[in-house]
Amino acid sequence: MTESLLYFTQQVINGLTVGSTYALIAIGYTMVYGIIGMINFAHGEVYMIGTYLSFIVIAGLTMLGLENLPFILLTALIVSMMVAGAYGFTIERVAYRPVRGSKRLIALISAIGMSIFLQNYMRLAQGPRDIAMPGQIQGGWSWTLDGNLLNLSYMQVIIFVVTVISMWSLHLFISRSRMGRACRACAQDQGMTNLLGIDTNQIIAVTFVIGAALAAVAGFLLGLYYGVVNPMIGFIAGLKAFTAAVLGGIGSLPGAMLGGLILGVTESMTAAYFSTEYKDVVAFSLLVLILLFKPTGILGKPEVEKI
Amino acid sequence: MQPSFMPAAIAAGVTFILGASVMGIRLQPAGISLEVTSAPTHVYLGLIAASLFVFILQYFRLTERFSRLLKSSQESKVELPAFLRTQQQQRLWTMLAIGALLLFPVIGSRGWIDLATLTLIYVMLGLGLNIVVGLAGLLDLGYVGFYAVGAYAYALLNTYFGFGFWEALPIAGALAALFGFLLGFPVLRLRGDYLAIVTLGFGEIIRILLNNWTEITGGPNGISQIPKPTLFGLEFNRRAAEDALGTFHEFFGIKYSPEYKVIFLYLLALILVLITVYVIRRLIRMPIGRAWEALREDEIACRSLGLNPTMIKLSAFTLGASFAGFAGAFFAARQGFINPESFTFIESAIILAIVVLGGMGSQLGVILAAVAMTILPELAREFNEYRMLLFGLIMVLMMIWRPQGLLPMKRPHMELKRG
Repeated sequence: MTESLLYFTQQVINGLTVGSTYALIAIGYTMVYGIIGMINFAHGEVYMIGTYLSFIVIAGLTMLGLENLPFILLTALIVSMMVAGAYGFTIERVAYRPVRGSKRLIALISAIGMSIFLQNYMRLAQGPRDIAMPGQIQGGWSWTLDGNLLNLSYMQVIIFVVTVISMWSLHLFISRSRMGRACRACAQDQGMTNLLGIDTNQIIAVTFVIGAALAAVAGFLLGLYYGVVNPMIGFIAGLKAFTAAVLGGIGSLPGAMLGGLILGVTESMTAAYFSTEYKDVVAFSLLVLILLFKPTGILGKPEVEKI
Repeated sequence: MQPSFMPAAIAAGVTFILGASVMGIRLQPAGISLEVTSAPTHVYLGLIAASLFVFILQYFRLTERFSRLLKSSQESKVELPAFLRTQQQQRLWTMLAIGALLLFPVIGSRGWIDLATLTLIYVMLGLGLNIVVGLAGLLDLGYVGFYAVGAYAYALLNTYFGFGFWEALPIAGALAALFGFLLGFPVLRLRGDYLAIVTLGFGEIIRILLNNWTEITGGPNGISQIPKPTLFGLEFNRRAAEDALGTFHEFFGIKYSPEYKVIFLYLLALILVLITVYVIRRLIRMPIGRAWEALREDEIACRSLGLNPTMIKLSAFTLGASFAGFAGAFFAARQGFINPESFTFIESAIILAIVVLGGMGSQLGVILAAVAMTILPELAREFNEYRMLLFGLIMVLMMIWRPQGLLPMKRPHMELKRG
């Protein structure tokens, strides 16, 4: 009994670790959807770019001879957030703003085009192969119970802590700051917000930047956790984060967090008790099932189609 | 419009930072650790040139001027050239084109015929997806899943039950249509962008299943030795298999040449494409075709006119899938070997790019786009590496500047003159 319970707990821990990074990416989808009602297909690519950027900074600073690990990691996190934010800004400016207001299909195709473009841009810039990074943070705690091991690595703790800090600051930003209030207003009624003298273009740009920066945080964390990156990782990660966003209710921030955690745990359970190969299949099937039976997700509000 | 310095300078600066942060520094595995190296100088020169380009674009607001120019040119109607105005002329030119395509193997070299066959497969896929995306306005990102179903249907039926190409072809089409139906039935009630994601997930699921169901599909190794199609039972090999009628060259008493096989495959693909074009052309003019387009334009208006949106969408989805199934079966027969690698998301993206570039709903546009998209990369081999990059870029630019495609479809219509 203890053995299976311990194994189960271990899977929950692993699932929550990955799930919290899905939640970080899902926020980007859900915020953009909440404000302009489109799916930002290129969001997964921003996550991929974030991973590459943090690898570049870590490798670069290590080569310069710096040995202060917390400093290196913090710099990597901040640089990748900033540059990824600039990517998010540019993507919105180049691919989405000109087609805003036209039909949904058009914005969607433009987004997919952007996603394909970024994937191949990275493939040309850094090569198509896997790039591995030696583990920066090793070790962890482990407990033995009746000869069974339960592990909690430092990396997992860092992932939890960083995720919680990011989510909390986002929550404070949205609920307390002036800009956050403008964001919420924009999500409710864009035309009215504009009439009240708020530059909605700017708000939309800010949303993209925040989403991209959070995706870069996820890229940094998962990059350190898995230790590999290649130009294709954004595709699957984006799909999963989107699943998380829909699961929790697209447009809702707490929903994105909840959805990410549920998806992470479900996945790790599938991998543990069923089969690793079908891990991705389970995520997509989950997506289809939610869309069929509860398209509004767990915490989402039903959408009324207006004529 | 005043030229503006600061925004232009900022745009140029951002361009440089974005490019330099990813392209200027390369990650280089060194033993167990990771190192970074600076990119060669020409990359930096390129980045500076790109930043300057962005600066000039922004400073003189060229993009705005350009899009305004395009908008005004779109309002002046794009007319067909003079020799294509009347229906008789169109029919004549179509006949001439088909004749030229039939005669192509006589003058073309083997490599060109092979390439033409590949192009025809893409034409077929493009036309099939055009029903779903172009006409019905449903974004299907998992189209390659149906293509895979068709290909594996033939390969598996052949391996396990010994079916020939001709018996398997309708089954492959029907099976793909069935998959389309089963997938479409629940998901078509969803809004457009959810549909896109679900179909994307479906394409991935099919690929993962094919990859992991090793006992039946051979997993990543795929299925090999899929026989080529026969001409009324005549094979195109040097020697006939035991249960075959005989070989083509023996039957007609000519010398064996491997070229016959290539030419036969080309002609077969051409016939399949012509059938596809004809069927879809008829469908567009039928009430169902008009319903597809009406639905694309305004779903609520459609519903209030008594059309059942789910059934109409489902018909488009199923029909589109069946064409992918036929194309898949032919693909398997042509390659003789298939594995899940041929059915990645990239393929879906290429087919989508063909439909988008050609003009949504327009058959001629899709055919020309398919030809351009497959032949151009072959003409310039070094360009091949940049192919997908350009496809992505084309999709974005087309949506911004010419969302209706290069050759948009035109219905016979009358316009009310204003004023």
